[in-house]
Amino acid sequence: MAAALLAQAPALPLDDAGEYVAAAYIVFVLLLVVYVGIMAAKLARISRELEELAALAEGKEQGARSEEQRAAGSTEQGARDGDPVGAGEGRG
Amino acid sequence: MKTLSLRTLSIICAVLIGGGFALVFFYAPNDADQGFIQKIFYLHVPLAIVALVGFVVAAIHAIRHLRSGDPVHDARSYVSIHTSVIFGVAVLVTGAIWAKASWGQWWVWDEPTLVSFLIVFLLYATYYPLRYAIEDRERQARYASVFAVTAGAFVPLNFIAVRAAESLVHPRTFATAEGGLPPKMWLTFLVCLAGIAALWFILVRFELTAKRTSAQLSRLRRALDGTPPPVAGGVGTRIAPGATTAS
Repeated sequence: MAAALLAQAPALPLDDAGEYVAAAYIVFVLLLVVYVGIMAAKLARISRELEELAALAEGKEQGARSEEQRAAGSTEQGARDGDPVGAGEGRG
Repeated sequence: MKTLSLRTLSIICAVLIGGGFALVFFYAPNDADQGFIQKIFYLHVPLAIVALVGFVVAAIHAIRHLRSGDPVHDARSYVSIHTSVIFGVAVLVTGAIWAKASWGQWWVWDEPTLVSFLIVFLLYATYYPLRYAIEDRERQARYASVFAVTAGAFVPLNFIAVRAAESLVHPRTFATAEGGLPPKMWLTFLVCLAGIAALWFILVRFELTAKRTSAQLSRLRRALDGTPPPVAGGVGTRIAPGATTAS
């Protein structure tokens, strides 16, 4: 279909005038491509930052979980030692 | 009214620009006077119109910012100017190519249309140093808005002044003694104008979305790190966080 359309279309006069017209449209496309490239770089940076933050959040979560486990372990230890309050907290 | 998604807008823009360029080369007749060179008109003029209207849009957002103090409007004003300056570069380059092809010179200093557009462009090029020379975020936004309003008012005045100058060099394509553009050229021009306007709008939306996402990431990082918000004017605070809701 594209070939048929091109066959019907008038030939583009790619002489001196055509070169200038092509240059103008190429400049426009190049500017667009540069802009898309900049936006892609921004997107990549955002994606990288998001990964870092996800890792940070996971690290915090794991830290909180191990803290909880440690606290639970000390409570059990305290109960076994006859301290129902647990962990020996507040003993000064 | 429901806002169209970026994807839908991008598809509309691609269809309009693709269709417009197809019309330029396969539908619109060659100009009797300039011949094939006149095809640059369908790119150069819409870019210029959209860039100038973009500056006026920035001024409107700046007025809204000054009235309400809402940083959302400041962000919209900033991004509108930013996108219009990029379009301005395209206008100057495509205009210089057209001038070289038509007049044999890259630039003509005694042509009011060219020089006035250059003045507007250079005026807006000073927006960035003005904005980032101010450290305090609120003052920065306020001064930038005042600049945007003043420069925005200059755009239509400039247009009227150029029309009044009645140059014989730069072609007045829309209203000539011969009756202006024929219908085929008008249709092609309007499709190209719609495509370029859609492109401007999409780029503004993209930029605002990117800035909003960056600002939210910064907030998230601060929340996770437990660090206090940055000092006004610091790196990453050029646009107030959360101030970038897409228009």
